[in-house]
This record gives sequence, C-alpha cells and structure tokens, in this order.
Amino acid sequence: MNPHATPMDRVQLNANSGGSIQPILQARGLTKRYGHVTALDGTDFELLPGEILAVIGDNGAGKSTLIKALAGALIPDEGEILLNGERIHFHNPLDARRHGIETVYQDLAVAPQLNIVENIFLGREIRRPGLWGSLLHMLDKKRMMDDTVRYMSDLNIGIRSMDQRVGTLSGGQRQGVAVARSAAFARNVVIMDEPTAALGVKESRMVVELIRQVRERGLPVILISHNMPQVFDLADRIHIQRLGKRVAVVKPGDCSMSDAVAIMTGALEAKDLAQNGQ
Amino acid sequence: MSEAILSEQPHSSWDRLRSNLGRVLTLPGVGPLLALLVASAFFATQTNKFLTGQNWSLIFQQVIVVGTLAIGQTLVILTAGIDLSNGMVMALGSVLMTSLAVDFGVPPVAAVALGFGITALFGLLNGSLVALVRLPPFIVTLGTLNIAYAVTRIYRTTTISNLPPSLTALGNTFVINQTAITYGSILMVVLYLVMWFVLRETAWGRHVYALGDNPEATRLAGISTTRLLISVYTLAGLFYGIAGLLMVARTQVGDPQAGQTANLDSVTAVVLGGTSLFGGRGNILGTLIGALIVGVFRNGLQLMGIPSMYQVLITGILVILAVSVDQLSHRGQG
Repeated sequence: MNPHATPMDRVQLNANSGGSIQPILQARGLTKRYGHVTALDGTDFELLPGEILAVIGDNGAGKSTLIKALAGALIPDEGEILLNGERIHFHNPLDARRHGIETVYQDLAVAPQLNIVENIFLGREIRRPGLWGSLLHMLDKKRMMDDTVRYMSDLNIGIRSMDQRVGTLSGGQRQGVAVARSAAFARNVVIMDEPTAALGVKESRMVVELIRQVRERGLPVILISHNMPQVFDLADRIHIQRLGKRVAVVKPGDCSMSDAVAIMTGALEAKDLAQNGQ
Repeated sequence: MSEAILSEQPHSSWDRLRSNLGRVLTLPGVGPLLALLVASAFFATQTNKFLTGQNWSLIFQQVIVVGTLAIGQTLVILTAGIDLSNGMVMALGSVLMTSLAVDFGVPPVAAVALGFGITALFGLLNGSLVALVRLPPFIVTLGTLNIAYAVTRIYRTTTISNLPPSLTALGNTFVINQTAITYGSILMVVLYLVMWFVLRETAWGRHVYALGDNPEATRLAGISTTRLLISVYTLAGLFYGIAGLLMVARTQVGDPQAGQTANLDSVTAVVLGGTSLFGGRGNILGTLIGALIVGVFRNGLQLMGIPSMYQVLITGILVILAVSVDQLSHRGQG
C-alpha cells in the first residue's frame, strides 16, 4: 500500500475494490467561499459508472454547494471537475445539460398547465422537418408524443395519456415525469436532489423504484437525500460530506447506518471506522 | 415485465365521459364562446336588426382597436404580467405616424414604420425593466403609461387631420353580399390567427405559457426567461402600433387624447376571453371573443334603445363573473 495514503484513502479503497475504474464524474479540491464562510473546503468527489452514489451530510456540510457545482449552478473558486477524465468548466446549468448531466429537483420543477409531452421537451422542442419547421418553426408534436410514450414505458411508468396537463397528476407522477425527462436526455449523469422530499410514503417508494430503473439502464445517479433508510436501501456507495470536505466514502454493507450518521456529525472519525472494518 | 408504477386509477366509462366533458367545458375559450352565443341569441330575439351582416360588420369595426391592443395584452398576461401603458403607447404611435406624414411630409410607409418603432421601443423598455431590473409589471407600465401620455401631449395637443389616403387605407371597405367589410377587421382577425398559431405550434409560444405557469421550472429547463420576457413585451408593443394605425384608419385623424381607457378595455377583453391573470393559462382566440362580447352588448343594448350606462354595468358584472370562474377552476391544481 502507498505509504503516504491517508486514512481516508483507505476507506476509499475499501469502498471500491479496484481503483482502476475511470470515474464518470470527478472533482478534485473544489473550494467555494462566500465572504468569510467556506462552503466547500477542497472537497473531492468520484462517481463511478453505473452506480448510485448517495451524498449525505449535515446542514452546512457543503452538500448542496457541491451538487450545484457539479450541476453548473455555481462556479467553484478553486479545484477542477472532470467528466470522463476530461477537465470541464460549467458556467451555467445549461452547460452541464449540454454535457449530458441532468438534474431532478425536489420541488417538482414542472409547469402544471403544460401537458406531459410539453414538460418533457420544455426547452428542447423538436421542430418539424422541412419548410414547416425551418420557415414556420412548427413543432413536431407527433414525434415528441411518440418519444414521450417511449420514455415513459422505458421506465415502466403507467401513465396512459401523455396529453394531460401535469397539474392533474399526483406529486409522485409529476416526479415520474421529471425523472423520465432527465433519464431521456442524460448521457452521462442524473443528479437527484432530494427527489422524494415532497412526496408521501407510497409515492416515495415508487420514485425509489424509478431511480433503480435509471441505474439499470446504465446511467449513474447522484442521490442527495436526508432519508437514511432510503440511502442505505438504494446506494451502491455513500459519500459523506462534513465541514466542506469529503470525510469518507462507505458501502452500505460495510457500514451501519448509525456509524454513517456518526461520521456525518463528527462523533466518529472515518479512520476509526476504517480500522474497525479491517 | 413487472407491473407498471405510478399508474392512474382505473376509470369507469361514466367517469371518463364526465371528465372529458369537464375538460371541454374548462378549455380556455369555450366558456366565453358560449356566453357570446347566448348573448347573440338573446339580442337576435329582441331586435331583428341584430343578426344582419351590416350590423356584425359594425360590431367588428367597433372592437378593432381594443381587439388589436388586446392581442399584445394577452401575450403579456400569459407571462403573469399586465400592461397598463398600451392605450397611451398606441396614442403616441398614432400621433407620431400622422404628424410625420402630415407635418413633415414623410412618406406614409416610413411614417407608419417609425410609429411602429416607437411603440415597439416602449415595449422593449417595459420588458427590460420587468426582466432585467425585476420590477413588477404593474408599476413599470404605470410609469410608462404616464411617460407615453406626457410625451404625446408635450409633442402635440391638437388633432392631426387631412391625412394622406394611404394612412387610412385600412378603413376602406370591400363588399360581400351587400355587406361592407373593412380591411382593418380582416387584418385584426388575421393577426389573431397568426398569434394563435405561434402560441400553439412553436417553441416560443409554449415557452410563453411555461413562463407564466412556472418561471423557475422554465429557467431550469434552460430557457432564457429574460430574453423571452423582453421579446413578449416588445412584440406586444408592435401590436399597439398596429392598433394605432387601425385607430387612425377608423377615425381619420391622429388624436393625442385617444386611448385613455383602452388599457383597461383590453384587460377586460382578455379576462372575458378566459385568460388567467395568474399567467400560463388561456387561449388568444378567447380574447377576440371577449372583445366581441363587449361589442355585442354595447351594440345590442343600443339597438334596444337602452342607455349606454347599462352596457358598462353589464361589462363590470361579466368581468367579475369571468375572474370568479377562473379563480374557482384554478383551485385544486398545483
């Protein structure tokens, strides 16, 4: 083993046996300060292909700042972000989307008066071929409808009529539309920011099922959640953020829920856990 | 294959019939259309002059100016905004185009283009203040209402007459079945159809609805809401210029006193047409129907010899009814 390895590196190696896999999305030394407040203090991050990586942390740990930096919603002061090993710079969320990174928000970012097709394609509408499209800018509603039906059935979502307004759907179904939209357009990563926070128990369970299906289709997922049972149920690995840094990455099977919470709150040092595990 | 998730509840055929019927009745524009038909049927039974081609041609001529203003107003209200300045901006445009042509001998086409330019510029100003400075549309357009009024009156206080014929050409008529129809009425209807198409069939149109419905979701979808808002207000300004030209054609003068209540009249047409003041919901053809409802009541009551104040009274009641219906249908949907 590398003699310079820190305790954290050991946890990292425990968590993903075989460090040779190229991460899809990676961050090194990300720092973000707001005046005197340091939200991110040189944090690292790795998302591996095909996994669900949960990001947990107490309030003020820099969790949402980290996610915003990865989703292009803010620009870090220092550090670098690599997508498939290549360094990238996001100036706004649209940049991240152009790089195939889609985000699902907790507060159901859909337009209730528009129908399902219009919401799926909002900002990415397809025009008709030929003069109708180029001259009159006419939308290809039939093609968008057909594509929407396919996206929804790919995820096995049982909503039948795609021309109904999203406002008539339940909260879970609306989130289903948002997940289908991100899964349809994400080429690299889907970020889920508290996707079930606004939902009831039953609908949360269905959205959890959807998240699994997104992974089964080969898209890695970053899941931000406060719901520990959900995190331990879904995640392949758990990134624990504390005081602006990544303090540990654990696997749900190797670490108890209470240990993860203890690391998150600082009651337990990550290296103690690593020694326990060896 | 595993069971589908997030499925809808199964519906009985009765439920489906009821929900389809409900959907048709709550489509924006259907309620106003019914109201227009009922009012027309009522007036047709009261006076046999009502259902003549000539009378309908007159009704259209009477709603042309407010009807065209209301196209711009609909666009603005769909984004959850409001434009109080439109009547004064229209007056400024019409005074500028007539004055340039008459006082300075500018060719009519150029004079009209400059008139459209100033109204579109006011729209650009409104849109920029709303989108970039993030001021409430009510306050912004209250300010530009006063600015446009003052600029008009500082520039000119007397009416401009002896217009070149090409400036009033849209007031000319052609005859079908012994009914004289003005070109202006046709232009207004064509403008409505064009905007109906644009709002329904283009990405820009769908974005206008999305912006009024959920601005945050629209922004997160990668749409520049700033540019969209500015484009809406500027296009609305262009429609105010066209309304100014139609007013010139109808009255044969450039009048600095014109349009003083046109802003609220255009809001009335939009609201009667079933467009929601909350934004994101409505149909622009409903606005045409809304304008026609006002025109039909005015015309019908006049034909029956009822004092014109009753028309104002009824318009007031209809506006409150229309907004109540919208408010009630808005509840229960997120």
